[in-house]
Amino acid sequence: MNIFTAIGRAAVLAVIATIAFSASAQAADKLKIGFVYVGPVGDHGWSYQHQQGLLALKKEFGDKIETTYVEKVSEGPDAERVIQQLAQKGHKLIFTTSFGFMNPTLKVARRFKNSYFEHATGFKRSKNVATYNIRYYEGRYVAGILAGKITKSNTIGYIASFPIPEVIMGINAAYLGAKSVNPDVKFKIIWVSSWFDPGKEANAAKALTDQGADILFQHTDSPAAMKLAEEKGIFAVGQASNMHAFGPTAQLTALINNWTPYYVDRVKAVMNGTWKSTNTWGGIKSGMLQFAKWNPKIPADVVKLAEDARDAIAAGKLHPFTGPLKKQDGTLFLNKGEKIADKALAGMNFYVEGIDGSLPK
Amino acid sequence: MDLAVNIIIGIIIAATPLVYAAIGELVAEKSGVLNLGVEGMMIIGAVAAFAATIETGSFILGVCAAIICGALMALIFAFITQTLLANQVATGLALTMFGLGLAALLGQAYSGKSAPTFPKLAIPGLSDLPILGPLLFGHDILVYMSLALVIAVAWFLARTRTGLVIRAIGENHDAAHAIGYPVVAYRYATLAFGGACAGVGGAYLSIVQTPLWVENMTAGRGWIALALVVFAAWRPWRAFAGAYLFGGITIVQLHSQGLGLEVEPQLLAMLPYIATIIVLVLISSDRSRAHLNAPAKLGQTFFAPA
Repeated sequence: MNIFTAIGRAAVLAVIATIAFSASAQAADKLKIGFVYVGPVGDHGWSYQHQQGLLALKKEFGDKIETTYVEKVSEGPDAERVIQQLAQKGHKLIFTTSFGFMNPTLKVARRFKNSYFEHATGFKRSKNVATYNIRYYEGRYVAGILAGKITKSNTIGYIASFPIPEVIMGINAAYLGAKSVNPDVKFKIIWVSSWFDPGKEANAAKALTDQGADILFQHTDSPAAMKLAEEKGIFAVGQASNMHAFGPTAQLTALINNWTPYYVDRVKAVMNGTWKSTNTWGGIKSGMLQFAKWNPKIPADVVKLAEDARDAIAAGKLHPFTGPLKKQDGTLFLNKGEKIADKALAGMNFYVEGIDGSLPK
Repeated sequence: MDLAVNIIIGIIIAATPLVYAAIGELVAEKSGVLNLGVEGMMIIGAVAAFAATIETGSFILGVCAAIICGALMALIFAFITQTLLANQVATGLALTMFGLGLAALLGQAYSGKSAPTFPKLAIPGLSDLPILGPLLFGHDILVYMSLALVIAVAWFLARTRTGLVIRAIGENHDAAHAIGYPVVAYRYATLAFGGACAGVGGAYLSIVQTPLWVENMTAGRGWIALALVVFAAWRPWRAFAGAYLFGGITIVQLHSQGLGLEVEPQLLAMLPYIATIIVLVLISSDRSRAHLNAPAKLGQTFFAPA
């Protein structure tokens, strides 16, 4: 080869080396963190709370991190594409915040072994995939106590999304809480087959109130039911974030997801190099589940019942699922005094005795 | 009895947006244009109405904003298909996606806000009747206007000269053009009307049914409205009945779950959409169209020779 070809080749190599060096130097500066949301950040529910976690991370770590979030990612093939894109763009820590992202996360994690993935509400882990969740059922039990005491019609309406164990255990816990203070209470449950559809949630809420429910629970992500409760002058329990703005007089309390302590912990672990795949299931004790201010209309003795239960659960003295408990078909699944194991809870696919209606398949 | 009344009220609320969207689309299709962009026009109407109501506090201005914005979207479609002679099906689909995206973008600023409740009619003597009161006289004005709209459109298409011209254009635009009718102008007008109606249908969702704005809140209702028009064999009263049937299935499905009836909720929830798919398949196969009373030139581009 002649001299010019040699110079040309050397120049190309130099350019490539510079780019590679600067890219890696850049990556070494900031930790890139990605978030994948199933709904819009403005849902004032589930995804909104995760975004609050993201904002708290920015406040805590400032310049040391760079965050990206993608919202309204549907739980299907698109999810894999989005997670993959984030990983490809150099995000070392990726939070996927919905149950349906489980398999896409695992798939992408296999291809990007140097990135860490955190999957919320799932149950499959791998070397670089951790799972995390909140024991919402503890909160629902406490809210159930409030509802059981406050209801005048003894009918409580529940707007449910999909029949996965997490939703089912929520229904069971709320029912057990209500029944513990009011043996005559009845639950009416409507499945809307969506995490977020304000029109459907409003219709379901209306159907429940038409059928006599005077307190509404929901496991869906929009404030539509709370708004309807406010209009009709009944009560409702806020889901995932404080829905007080939508139901100033209607909100009994709200079960608020506080992801900040967990997120800060995990980012620190990545920065220290101590990150390991773990399964975190935080309850009231961990500070991940918080309650909004009690509605002033709740009588003081009922507030005390709820606060006592909350503190007992946090202290480990009370578990919402303590035997003797029977399934809806009458079979005993917890003996007297026996507390349910986490594994059984995570696979719960039955109603407890006393709930009418059957689970959709 | 109370429960039955409430269920019927729920059905009326669920059906009204479909009535508006379907009637508007029916008029457009009678003039021979297949506008698949109903979903896009509805959602733009929804965001426009919500934004206007929040900014000005007036529901009337909200509905007017929905009418104008829906009509504007339809006019974009009209320009592309009637003047630029693009394919109607492709343009309609593009309009849907454009409308959904644009509405999401414009609605960003409004996604946590709460609009005031739309007032319901309160006629002193009539609204207080035991059963008929809330059932017939206790709704908001848009419900009554939807009924008036159906009556007006049915009369207009069947009994007026302009209605006859519109139908003629839909059946044979070349002959109408030969006689001397301004085919393109008529189609612009019917499309604008269709857009305005779809806009009001969307407005009903965002300021009456759930006074909230959320992205994609129409959730496929535009497609159902399209199917309704074919379902109804392009007759206004049948479209009205079809809208109530579709709305009815949705509401009854929710109630039956609450009552503990043993039908799989997912099955009932699928029904309106399955019917939509079946009907949309039929609409695209030429042979069946003749049997379905469709305007003969539906979906075909009109090119005026000189």
